[in-house]
Amino acid sequence: MSTYVARRLLGVVLVVLATSVLIFAIVHILPGNVAYAILGEYATPAAVATLQQRLGLNDPLWLQYWRWLAGFLHGQMGQSLVMDRPAGPLILDALGRSAILAGSAFVIVASGGIALGVHAATHQGHVSDRVMTLAQFVFIAVPDFFWAILAVVVFASWLHWLPATGYAPPADGLLAWVSHLVLPVIVLSIGLLAHVSRLTRAAMLEVLRSRYVLMARAKGMSERRVLWRHAAPNAMLPTITILAIDFGLLIGGVVVVETVFAYPGLGRLLVFAIEHRDLPLLQAGMLVLTTIYALANLAADLGYAALNPRIRYRAAA
Amino acid sequence: MDRGAVPAASGTAIMRRRILGSRGGNSALLFGGLALAALATAALVGLWYTPYAPDAFAVHLRLAAPSLAHPFGTDEFGRDVLSRVLAGAHLSLAIGFGAMLVSLALGVPLGLLAAFDRGWVSAAIMRGADLMISLPPILLGLLILAVTPPNLGKTILAVGLVYVPILVRLSRAVALGLLEEDFVQAARARGEGAVSILAREILPNAWPPIIVECGLRVTFAILLGASLSFLGLGPQPPSSEWGLMIAESREFLAQAPWMGLAPGLCLCALLVAVNVAGEGLRARLDPSHA
Repeated sequence: MSTYVARRLLGVVLVVLATSVLIFAIVHILPGNVAYAILGEYATPAAVATLQQRLGLNDPLWLQYWRWLAGFLHGQMGQSLVMDRPAGPLILDALGRSAILAGSAFVIVASGGIALGVHAATHQGHVSDRVMTLAQFVFIAVPDFFWAILAVVVFASWLHWLPATGYAPPADGLLAWVSHLVLPVIVLSIGLLAHVSRLTRAAMLEVLRSRYVLMARAKGMSERRVLWRHAAPNAMLPTITILAIDFGLLIGGVVVVETVFAYPGLGRLLVFAIEHRDLPLLQAGMLVLTTIYALANLAADLGYAALNPRIRYRAAA
Repeated sequence: MDRGAVPAASGTAIMRRRILGSRGGNSALLFGGLALAALATAALVGLWYTPYAPDAFAVHLRLAAPSLAHPFGTDEFGRDVLSRVLAGAHLSLAIGFGAMLVSLALGVPLGLLAAFDRGWVSAAIMRGADLMISLPPILLGLLILAVTPPNLGKTILAVGLVYVPILVRLSRAVALGLLEEDFVQAARARGEGAVSILAREILPNAWPPIIVECGLRVTFAILLGASLSFLGLGPQPPSSEWGLMIAESREFLAQAPWMGLAPGLCLCALLVAVNVAGEGLRARLDPSHA
């Protein structure tokens, strides 16, 4: 198991390094000079030259890349051009707020999706299963920004139950903080909940047809024990993979949902950086996001290995 | 016609019978396909005819509620929302299916090549696919569209690139299985070249699972494309791409909810149609999922 963990950790480091090269390359090779981006298209050549000098844009690309990466390893993520502040604290603050949003949504998706999926599989063909199948079809097909708009229209504009947009720090009181989180978290969860519950149902049905479940039932084991001791742990394996995939979708959802609800997280910071062509901030934010995604995939792989002895032993051998 | 083509042709014939033939009804494929055809027809009509000009201002009709003259109401410039929805319909379809074509055109040849070549070419292709899969899907799109000015073509490219590694892996796996088949061995024994074997023996037999995958991915491609253009990274105003229309409606949600609801509901209808048709296609082509 420890060689497996070590190999996967090395994999994460390689992925993050390769991604850093990719991000740097796209930002620096595609047309669109950073200095012109800052100064506007009517900048004088002298002003552009001065700024390029100041930002070190005349140095060879490998040196610029190395400076960027070395800064990152020392905890310095570069300087936001538009806000003229270090990008690191900006990103970390935003990341904390995004983590609360995405973390709450992920807990709802994982626990709710598995519970609903198992329920649907064990009640195959019942009314509740049919209603859920239909709902899943619709929920998967509705874009999260449209849910967000519907939620704002209904709960904020018409009913005035919850604030439409914005964020309140916990210092403003627990109620204000939570009330700003409710709509974004629900919108973020709803599509993924449908996805996870649908695939958990499929995995569970597959397992319930297997011979070891037949065997367990044949020897008179109680249905509850068959379900939770034999069927569910095996159905969890594909579900973990799905949760890892959905984490990527969740990151995309966070970008969109934070924009709609004007929630000051990492997604909105990235969109801000794009709109204002703040390339250092964009580069740093994207590298942080990729690192988190790689770590989430690592966690999924390790969870998979912990539940699946075949991988554990093959990796050790 | 050489001998090697015979099994390939019969395989294609079987697939054709499965899709077009009367082997059992498939209501999902039928209804999904019909709905999709209706929406595609509306999109085609919208290219040439709309009740009003989609970009004609009418200041006295700002934010008018739905009525007989304007079934979907008007927006903040008095533009007819129905006309704008119709005129923008082809964009969502173009992004979804265009992106799929991009991933097919890049992913399938690379996947087949990776299956055929067992040396460093294969290793390079598969490691590249691994790397792309380990990026969050929206990131690549954001990165490409952030650095250069966004437009329809770039959105299609950005969405298409996301699904390239998935198609590389899939077509490689399918081709690896087919490479062991007798008719491929026969073609090899006849001394046919790699390109000929890939194009004439492997590809005609590899496409059913690839088409199934594409059918299911189109939904996500349309969603991702609409999300990007919602963020302002797709077709630019005054275009009436649906994601963009929804983004523009945000300021007026309280007074004029129809501005966002009309394109939003149309987008949902399109996504449900594509999703149902994709599932139907899978049930038809992949009996293990029926």
